[in-house]
Amino acid sequence: MRQDKDSTGMEVRADGALCFTGPLGTADAARLWTRAMEACKRGVPLVDAAGVTQLSGAGAVLLAEAARRAGGVELRPPNERAAAENLKRMAAALAAAPPPAPPRPVGFVTRIGQMVLGAGAQCRTRLSFLGEVTQGWIALLARPWRLRFSELTRHLDEAGTRGFGLCILLGTLIGVILAFQSSIPMRKFGAEVFVPQLVGISLVRELGPLIAAIVLAGRSASAYAAELGTMRVNEEIDALSVMGIDPVAWLVLPRIFAAGLVMPVLTLVMNLTGLLGMGVVMGGLGIPASMVMNSLQDWISVGDLAGGLFKAMVFGLTIGLIGCRAGLKAGGGPRAVGDAATSAVVGSLVAVVVLDGIFAVIFFRLGW
Amino acid sequence: MSVRITGLSRRFNGQAALDDVSLEIARGEFTALLGPSGSGKTTLLRVLAGLDFPDAGLVEIDGRDVGQVPARERRVGVVFQHYALFRHMSVAENVAFGLRVRPRATRPAAAEIDRRVRELLELVQIPELAGRFPDQCSGGQRQRIALARALAIEPLLLLLDEPFAALDAVVRKDVRRWVRGLHDRLGITTILVTHDQEEALELADRVAVLDRGRLAQFAPPATLLEAPATAFVAGFLGEASCIPARLSGGRLESPLPGLAAPPAWPDGALRLFLRPHEVAVEAGPGPGLVRMVHPSLGAGTRVVLELEGHVLEGVVPPGLPVPERGGPCGLRALAATAFHEDGSRARLA
Repeated sequence: MRQDKDSTGMEVRADGALCFTGPLGTADAARLWTRAMEACKRGVPLVDAAGVTQLSGAGAVLLAEAARRAGGVELRPPNERAAAENLKRMAAALAAAPPPAPPRPVGFVTRIGQMVLGAGAQCRTRLSFLGEVTQGWIALLARPWRLRFSELTRHLDEAGTRGFGLCILLGTLIGVILAFQSSIPMRKFGAEVFVPQLVGISLVRELGPLIAAIVLAGRSASAYAAELGTMRVNEEIDALSVMGIDPVAWLVLPRIFAAGLVMPVLTLVMNLTGLLGMGVVMGGLGIPASMVMNSLQDWISVGDLAGGLFKAMVFGLTIGLIGCRAGLKAGGGPRAVGDAATSAVVGSLVAVVVLDGIFAVIFFRLGW
Repeated sequence: MSVRITGLSRRFNGQAALDDVSLEIARGEFTALLGPSGSGKTTLLRVLAGLDFPDAGLVEIDGRDVGQVPARERRVGVVFQHYALFRHMSVAENVAFGLRVRPRATRPAAAEIDRRVRELLELVQIPELAGRFPDQCSGGQRQRIALARALAIEPLLLLLDEPFAALDAVVRKDVRRWVRGLHDRLGITTILVTHDQEEALELADRVAVLDRGRLAQFAPPATLLEAPATAFVAGFLGEASCIPARLSGGRLESPLPGLAAPPAWPDGALRLFLRPHEVAVEAGPGPGLVRMVHPSLGAGTRVVLELEGHVLEGVVPPGLPVPERGGPCGLRALAATAFHEDGSRARLA
């Protein structure tokens, strides 16, 4: 025989019945909930609420749930009329709209399967967007005058000329930083003369395109996603389709084209200012400008520059593509545009770094 | 242009947005798609416009299967919920846009386009706004611009997606009647999507009521109100309250006095749907508990009351004393529409 005594009026009586007494307010119900459910799990033949004087909604739910968990046993209503009516109404409401069952827990293997399927579906939609854009390009090759030049120049201006300031600033700083950082270890070997080559090669081949890509991803990928996302949310894209315009040809192609054209230019700006910054630092360390120029001429080939610029163009096209796709697939709701911009920036940064890795392997194999 | 939809289904992530919907809309008809949110009405509209594609089923516009026809070749005009006007273009440019972007072979001359835009803006009664930008126009004006833009491409089918939702009540009523008048003049087959029953019942020749992706009933407004085909339609239209009841041994057991048992029905659970004017309320002692009282024009005083845990609306006939809020009241059902659990329907009195 169990004899659970509770200060606010819940006990398991000698005959096993779960008995509630006194006022059963919301706070009492919350406090008693766990113990009541435990008692019910052990099995009670009857839930007796005859002694309940006041009953809140939560209290009524507690009583109903206790009776249900004990296996649908009898629930003796309170003697107090108001409390009994409360209980009756709550029971009717619960019967009319039972709380939804919690989602079934998903097994580990099932979850992996779901993730793989989800990733597969995502890959498929990305590929289909890539295909759509490629198709758009091919159609454009046949009729190049169909490209909207006004739109193209607008995006060239927004992504390019307005990004120059930032590129100049970042390029100079990167050059200065690289020169300082590499001159510290080099000085130990008395090899400061080689700093221009080191900085030059890493800028032209690697860092120039990469930092320009970061600038473009931050400025333009997010802008593309936000613009197209807003148009999607406002149904302007649907309106375009209904009026006979292919949104990809009308909105996406000029943007991607602009991003691809602008990237080599930004990279060039980045390279030049970076080398200038490095030259200034070298001058400060006592290495004359002519020497810097000579060693750069000796070590950096047109091939290095061309490889970097080509990479930059591919980065630009990728960033444009990812930014536009994020915008076009924006869902509804007030957060959609922000989410699209975030995913555009994150997606383009990841894509650029992955592509850079692939390029590194290819260039290494080609001995470029 | 006639529209025929057969067995249309569309699923999103396993959830059916449209489930085997079949409809036939005659040329020149004004049809409303009515349903609560999530009933699939906008999905159906998007499928018709060619912005979404069904998983199964057939859409025929003017006898032609348009399943593989993209939106731009359907000649469908759409007025979107938020109007989707192009903000960087003036009103006239917005209206002209659909014509300007046509391929050269079918594009009218510039002067012709200008003339058409003027005509359309006059048709929607806003010629003075031609040079303004959408942001400088009011909600009602934007709605007219969107309509003019949709009409500019000379659509064979006009789709309106909750076009009045963003307007205030007074303007809405105005614009609504004006749209119906425009339809009567132009005769374009029109489909209106709405969740507002008043709008649907007032405007449409026929109303298709959608319930969780299924077509519940497709009938003229009067038929919907008088002879709802399903319990859902009865509950959704005409502010009806629903009261459960039982039929046992030929006797009707319901909390409401005043109703006779329907003839020749087997025993079982019933659902009674009562419009406010079908419930007569009187002041004084009784089983009802008055929750709210508000006067309404002409038809006496409307009372929201609670009866054994069910909320229903009734009317105190004009001239009689009105019960107090929070107090008891007597009530009697004058008539009701009953649905048996086996799906059959009867009118009780």
